[in-house]
Amino acid sequence: MKQEIIIAGFGGQGVLSMGKILAYSGLMEGMEVSWMPSYGPEQRGGTANVTVILSDSPISSPILNEYDVAIILNQPSMDKFESRVKPGGILIYDGYGINGEIKRKDIRVYRVDAMDAATEMKNEKAFNMLILGGLLKIVPIVKMENVLLGLKKSLPERHHKLIPMNEAAIKKGMEIICEM
Amino acid sequence: MEEIKLMKGNEAIAHAAIRYGADGYFGYPITPQSEIMETLMAEMPWETTGMVVLQAESEVAAINMVYGGAASGKRAMTSSSSPGISLKLEGISYIAGAELPCLIVNVMRGGPGLGTIQPSQADYFQTVKGGGHGDYRLITLAPYSVQEMADFVALGFDLAFKYSNPSMILADGIIGQMMEKVVLPPYRPRKTEAEIRLESPWATQGRLKGNKVNVVTSLELDPALMEENNNRFQAKYRRIEETEVLYEEFCCEDAQYLLIAFGSSARICQKTVELARSEGLRVGLLRPITLWPFPKKAIESYASCVKGMLSVELNAGQMVEDVRLAVNGKVKVEHFGRLGGIVFTPDEILIALKEKIL
Repeated sequence: MKQEIIIAGFGGQGVLSMGKILAYSGLMEGMEVSWMPSYGPEQRGGTANVTVILSDSPISSPILNEYDVAIILNQPSMDKFESRVKPGGILIYDGYGINGEIKRKDIRVYRVDAMDAATEMKNEKAFNMLILGGLLKIVPIVKMENVLLGLKKSLPERHHKLIPMNEAAIKKGMEIICEM
Repeated sequence: MEEIKLMKGNEAIAHAAIRYGADGYFGYPITPQSEIMETLMAEMPWETTGMVVLQAESEVAAINMVYGGAASGKRAMTSSSSPGISLKLEGISYIAGAELPCLIVNVMRGGPGLGTIQPSQADYFQTVKGGGHGDYRLITLAPYSVQEMADFVALGFDLAFKYSNPSMILADGIIGQMMEKVVLPPYRPRKTEAEIRLESPWATQGRLKGNKVNVVTSLELDPALMEENNNRFQAKYRRIEETEVLYEEFCCEDAQYLLIAFGSSARICQKTVELARSEGLRVGLLRPITLWPFPKKAIESYASCVKGMLSVELNAGQMVEDVRLAVNGKVKVEHFGRLGGIVFTPDEILIALKEKIL
């Protein structure tokens, strides 16, 4: 079992931290993991992306030309990564961030309206966990208990009180993802 | 059993340095390696092992603090990225000329000049062919995983002390910034002054009773004596070349074509080997772990059994010159690279292999 995943969006959307939680969850699951961020000035706006690989066997390249799963959170990232999903692969996007049409017909496309849900929850910081929930529904590569352990590992202790909120957002994301 | 952790290559270096029993880290921040000093500052080893962590006023100051620490027999280290290493080269040459052990980390970024903050391997020449002035060599280790970032701290220091010579860990922005699983080495106590006196009788430990006066310098105005010094350095370099070469082979047994790559490029090339083999192409990968001393004999041994070699580097063609020297015209050797911080993908390398070698 191996999943090669790209998460791409605006800086500040929680792209890197979502990847980090996914990587930690894989670690808790006993898998091999790699987390390779774009590390430019993206924190201050612009596009940010991270490649996360979870695998049962040792991981070779942390840098990939095509992905099993692409999680796309804004239009510039869609323009860049839509063509790089493997045929038969999965594309997950947030309805709010994408205005163009998705051209690929040879992949499975899912939509999570995470921005809307986060606004409804009056917690925009839940955005990336809603997306993560959507991913885990479609690609259940790590067990929920290990995601919670991963959250615990990747968040500093002073933020551990936020774990129930994150868990709720993940579960909500699992409910609202739909196939297009 | 030691816990498996997930961390960046830069963070792994910092933790490994504390656990190795390093005495001092002196640095100046620069992307993409700032997490080394940030992690050391957050860990506050001065309160546990007694290790000094100091942000110097400049890269030049930092390398000269390392020079001073090394002269007193301490395990001193610094880290920087390409432009900062250029600033340190004068000090590195002095340290090599004074035959002192220390560890220098270069997490390379694209150049020349201030360049970019994205990954590059364009400091290969600078590191293995000199960089600073004079006939000196740096023992150069090229990690290709976060685990090796941690492991090479001990290896680099041990080799430095074995030969009284500076060692360098030559990494790049990919290995520095990526997170992977790592098992950190166990804690070792720092050396005591008495242990240092035994291990490094040349060390300048202060004018304590019974200490002989040691002088550490790279200066020798008498050219005859300076030639003697140089002959001694060269004899040492030949010993290192004979005994300390490290490399790793992947799928080389039946290979018809060989990729040669170090560090992060070697990781990417591993995937290229997988892609090539899925198409029925017998491609192997030889990964130099020490860039100096360079594994020329290992590469030469493949010259008669492969149809071609491709040196894959994030630069305009540097290590390829050493590969060509190793095979001495016996087999076709070409180079493939991307420049200025752009990183090649595994399929791009396969396309280059087909175009240039097949």
